Amino acid sequence: MPVRPNLLDYRKACVEFTWDDARAALSGLPGGGLNIAHEAVDRHAAGPLAGHEALRFIRADGSSTSVTFSALALEAARFAGVLEELGVRPGERVFSLLGRVPPLYSAVLGTLKHGSVFCPLFSAFGPEPVRQRLSLGGARVLVTTASLYRRKIAGIRTALPELRHVLLVDADEAPGPDTLDLGALMREVTPAAGTALTGPEDMALLHFTSGTTGTPKGAIHVHDAVAAHYATGRFALDLHPQDIYWCTADPGWVTGTSYGIVAPLVHGVTSIVDEEEMDVDRWYGILAGQRVTVWYTAPTALRLLMKAGTGHAEGHDLSALRFVASVGEPLNPEVVVWGQEAFGLPVHDNWWQTETGGIMIANFPALPIRPGSMGLPLPGVEAALVKRDAADRPVIEDGEAVLVSSPGEVGELALRPGWPSMFRGYLHEDERYRRCFAGGWYLTGDLAKRDPDGYYWFVGRGDDVIKSSGHLIGPFEVESSLMEHPAVAQAGVVGVPDPVAGEMVKAFVELRPGHEPDDALRLEIIGFARKRLGPAVAPRQLDFTPALPRTRSGKILRRLLKARELGLPEGDTSTVEGQ
Amino acid sequence: MNRTKAAETAWAALHQVAPDLEPDLTEGGARLRQDLELDSLDFLALVETLSRDAGVEIPESDYAQVATVDGLVGYLETHG
Repeated sequence: MPVRPNLLDYRKACVEFTWDDARAALSGLPGGGLNIAHEAVDRHAAGPLAGHEALRFIRADGSSTSVTFSALALEAARFAGVLEELGVRPGERVFSLLGRVPPLYSAVLGTLKHGSVFCPLFSAFGPEPVRQRLSLGGARVLVTTASLYRRKIAGIRTALPELRHVLLVDADEAPGPDTLDLGALMREVTPAAGTALTGPEDMALLHFTSGTTGTPKGAIHVHDAVAAHYATGRFALDLHPQDIYWCTADPGWVTGTSYGIVAPLVHGVTSIVDEEEMDVDRWYGILAGQRVTVWYTAPTALRLLMKAGTGHAEGHDLSALRFVASVGEPLNPEVVVWGQEAFGLPVHDNWWQTETGGIMIANFPALPIRPGSMGLPLPGVEAALVKRDAADRPVIEDGEAVLVSSPGEVGELALRPGWPSMFRGYLHEDERYRRCFAGGWYLTGDLAKRDPDGYYWFVGRGDDVIKSSGHLIGPFEVESSLMEHPAVAQAGVVGVPDPVAGEMVKAFVELRPGHEPDDALRLEIIGFARKRLGPAVAPRQLDFTPALPRTRSGKILRRLLKARELGLPEGDTSTVEGQ
Repeated sequence: MNRTKAAETAWAALHQVAPDLEPDLTEGGARLRQDLELDSLDFLALVETLSRDAGVEIPESDYAQVATVDGLVGYLETHG
């Protein structure tokens, strides 16, 4: 059914909208408190939406099961009750390592209701990224499955002394040693009577992301973020009360939380949750069969659909679909246009990152799409491009960032701090957090340009971080794991272009003496990395090289590796050792 | 191809794409995505490897038939 877009006059909204307008659409807690779980479920459960379908889970066999707002609120209260009984305190971290299954949603909302902090992990991570994040985040509770526990946690449990409770969602009354049966606890518990009186600036969510160097960074988000989830769901996803909304993101990434859980619930719309992995015909079947109206997905998925051909879309009635959006990496113009062919609708790309907590730049429903562009900043968001010097540092003069002003000139995408879902820190890493800001701006690490009409165009990362299937991968994490293999002396890891994933992780490896660079060893090292890191992070390609390019101080020049791989000009190589 | 050859071909392609898989993990009923944890890019690489190394093309419409190790072996038996 056609609806009137929420954002009709972009220019006017940019002048008039304030984040307080978004806050005013929320209910709040007594005494000025704010809690995401209250805004997402409790207030709906206490009002006219109590019996409205909040979540519709699609099982592997295609059958579905629904949860209303009031049932979800009760499940959340039960989970909060379980945390209470276990003695988990407000502010302590509850982690999940789960797919898109019903207990995930009660765990997220129950954790927030209890005043604790929720941190989702990607279940395709190998044991090493999981251990690192649980340890850095000081995980007190982990919610997972028996199989994931056995494969990824049991072996590292002794290295996680702070992890007190492991709750299995499928223990079936027979939890193994050191684990608890969440189902049984939920059945027996007295549901929490109220919601923790959290304030807007209290920590609510923790999302890990990767940098070029060092360990993963835990980006801290606060309860006030819900104002941005609400406003961006309205402006950029155009959510309307009767929508059937489907966000395909994995709950282990920030999109899976901000737009897979919080934004649609706050808007009181029905969310489709597919418990299975991506499959072309299944997806078309869901879009048509569930009468999805708003669909938020990722470029890698869209490119897989495009690769399969529009023939798969034929025979599916996609007439309910009104708006298609994508996030994760730049969407190539061909896909934007292909959307028209497959869905009868173009795909609206938008841009944001873990640190921004919500959509910052978008192609809007009521404005023409610029295929290949990220779009325009959301109302309430001030974006700019900061000049970079020869050493790729932001140019700051008299404490002010020097901005790029001419159209088409590349700069580092920067945002003026102050939007509600901005990260408030990296957990235990104040210095790293401070380094993200300069001259009055938050520096995103992404390079972009702007056209004369103000549309932003992604150019590339300003650092060595790899963007694969919409996820950031830190080369250092991958290199460290590779170097644990006895045959590996040194490793350099870069992203190489891939038609489906955007970038694919490729490793260049220098062997220790006595090892032959043959195919068996190549596969052995890839297998070694996959076991530790999981398929999403481990290199999919690996080349042996007699010598990695290094600076005189010994630092591996990933940029040069990449340029050589792609046959691009090598740029200034004056600092390279032996040149 | 016969069943033995099909099983060898399937294992060789799986080993190329996901060399971390142990032969004893790849029991017949194991599902490639859920049990062997191949992600969508791994699966695509598997299809490409079988096309390149064994000359067997698996069109999208047949993906459901090769969702398990047994299914894949059976498919190679019939189509290889």
